[in-house]
Amino acid sequence: MTSVEERREQRRHLLALAPALVVLTVLFVYPLLGIVTRSVYKSGYTLDLYRQIFRVPVYLQVLGGTFKVSALVTLVCLLLGYPLAYVLATRRPRTAQLLMIIIVLPFFTSIIVRTYAWMVLLGRNGIVNEYLMALHLTAAPLPLLYNQAGVVIGMTYVLLPYMILTLYSVMRGIDPGLVRAAHSLGASRLQAFRRVFLPLSLPGIAGGTLLVFILSLGFFITPALMGGPGDMMIAMLIEREVEITLNWAFASALAVVLLALTLVGFVGYNRIVRLERIFEGRG
Amino acid sequence: MAPPEGLDGGAEVRLQALTKTFGPVVAVRDVSVTIDRGSFFTLLGPSGSGKTTTLMMVAGFAHPTSGDVFVDGKPMAALPPQKRDLGMVFQSYAVFPHLTVYENVAFPLQIRKAPRLEIVHRVAEALELVRLTGYERRLPRQLSGGEQQRVALARALVFRPRVLLMDEPLGALDKKLRAHMQLELKHIQQRLHVTVIYVTHDQEEALTMSDRVAVMQSGRIEQVGTPAELYDRPGSRFVADFLGESNFLDAVVVAAEHDGRWRCRAAGGLEFSGMAAAALSAGQPVTAAVRPEKLVPADEPGAAALGASANTCKGMVEEAIYVGDVTRYRVGLGADGAVVIKMPNRVGSRPPSTGAALALAWSPEDTRLFPRASA
Repeated sequence: MTSVEERREQRRHLLALAPALVVLTVLFVYPLLGIVTRSVYKSGYTLDLYRQIFRVPVYLQVLGGTFKVSALVTLVCLLLGYPLAYVLATRRPRTAQLLMIIIVLPFFTSIIVRTYAWMVLLGRNGIVNEYLMALHLTAAPLPLLYNQAGVVIGMTYVLLPYMILTLYSVMRGIDPGLVRAAHSLGASRLQAFRRVFLPLSLPGIAGGTLLVFILSLGFFITPALMGGPGDMMIAMLIEREVEITLNWAFASALAVVLLALTLVGFVGYNRIVRLERIFEGRG
Repeated sequence: MAPPEGLDGGAEVRLQALTKTFGPVVAVRDVSVTIDRGSFFTLLGPSGSGKTTTLMMVAGFAHPTSGDVFVDGKPMAALPPQKRDLGMVFQSYAVFPHLTVYENVAFPLQIRKAPRLEIVHRVAEALELVRLTGYERRLPRQLSGGEQQRVALARALVFRPRVLLMDEPLGALDKKLRAHMQLELKHIQQRLHVTVIYVTHDQEEALTMSDRVAVMQSGRIEQVGTPAELYDRPGSRFVADFLGESNFLDAVVVAAEHDGRWRCRAAGGLEFSGMAAAALSAGQPVTAAVRPEKLVPADEPGAAALGASANTCKGMVEEAIYVGDVTRYRVGLGADGAVVIKMPNRVGSRPPSTGAALALAWSPEDTRLFPRASA
């Protein structure tokens, strides 16, 4: 290809990107700058609000709790999602398609409706507890709602499809011939999985956990409805500052801290699992 | 490198009445053949002929509907692929992309829990065998297709299997490299005395490498034999057509001659003699097959050597196609149709020109007759 053609090609690509870039600039970059400005400007630049966040223990507790719940949800999603994605990716396409529709189906209903449904299921007199007691598995109702367990159950339910879809897309790309080759070389099913399939699915694990973790950090509706007073997450704190306290500057500062910590987490994660090497390692 | 101990002779592989059906479709039908220890055996056929399914049943990736595979007399049906101890090379290479060349080749030894020093030694030996010494630390994506296939070969040989299965291993390589790899594979096989079962749709490849070839069609073995047997004495029209080139002439049997020869007459009146594997009867419709290079101009010295019993015909050169080492001529035979002949472009050869009359001679021995359903 000549350089002129190449440049023309590049220009075409840029043109294709333009609408997305415009939308992102107007709806994302510009407001973000506004948030950052609001958090440091109050008749003169100041970092007072940030000092407040890091000095008052309750804010740090909420931040720590947010990260803890997010990590827990991510782990549970991975443990539940991996076997499911594995089955999807290794079954015949027709079966996989059907299962995939079932997995994606919940996306078609409102998250609030689904969260209320969970509340009906998990409450003290909810269906789950009634069955458990009817079967004499528990003597008293288990506390499944308005605590961390409720938050983790609810969030896992909402975020699981993201994990499955990410894992599935990577697993689908793994040549089944490689697993066959491992068998032909003497590997048992477990050995073939551990030494060939699992390492090749790492990009999916990395991508899926990252996606679910970041989505968890900013989660609002589920923890608000299914958590107890002690399960406040940072998004709820921000909402309170915006809606009730009307302290938008402080809400902005909290939002910036969340964003910064997420970025730090991402960079640290990248260091540990070296994403680009994993993604590049395929094929 | 001398053949490593424990490999002498490879194993004998016997396929016994192997049949595989997928629902109503019969992929492999009653395939029985014995493959000698240490020989290079090829399953040759067009796509859909059941050759790969047959190989997969030997490997254990497909389960026979009936019949079984015996390796040195031991039935394989109950064993999963990982317990069969057969080396396998796939068309897609199937080199593990996340492992280095060294790790790929060490894989089967690590699975077998070989001592570390032995692994180091044997991997080095296997890489030397496929001439990849020095590539140990590379990743597959840094290798060419041919190099990846050699990694796959080293990996399949490093644990010293007594049988090596290969599923169109050279299919993805370009022509030059393929020819080179064919010889290299053949040499490695001869050096290690491993039994090879090789699947290909490329008849040239099959002829070049094999001790014996089974030609498959529609799930059945059409004919088994050495490359020369299959080429010179094809047992069916399909084999004559699929393996190499043939001229086909529809004719009717006139009378029996001596030594399994039959006199035939083509539609246009041309009479000639040919050989049939089974007895024919007068009036029976047959197809005669003659290889293009067996037809020689009657005025050439080669024609005289055919003797008095040679078949002859007269025709006219309709078309000449120059392909470098040889020229192919289409010779029209009037109402009998046309034949293609092949003549080497030697020093001093006098090529016939288009439109010229040309008398041809060929041996009845090189004329194979196959019964055909009457038209």
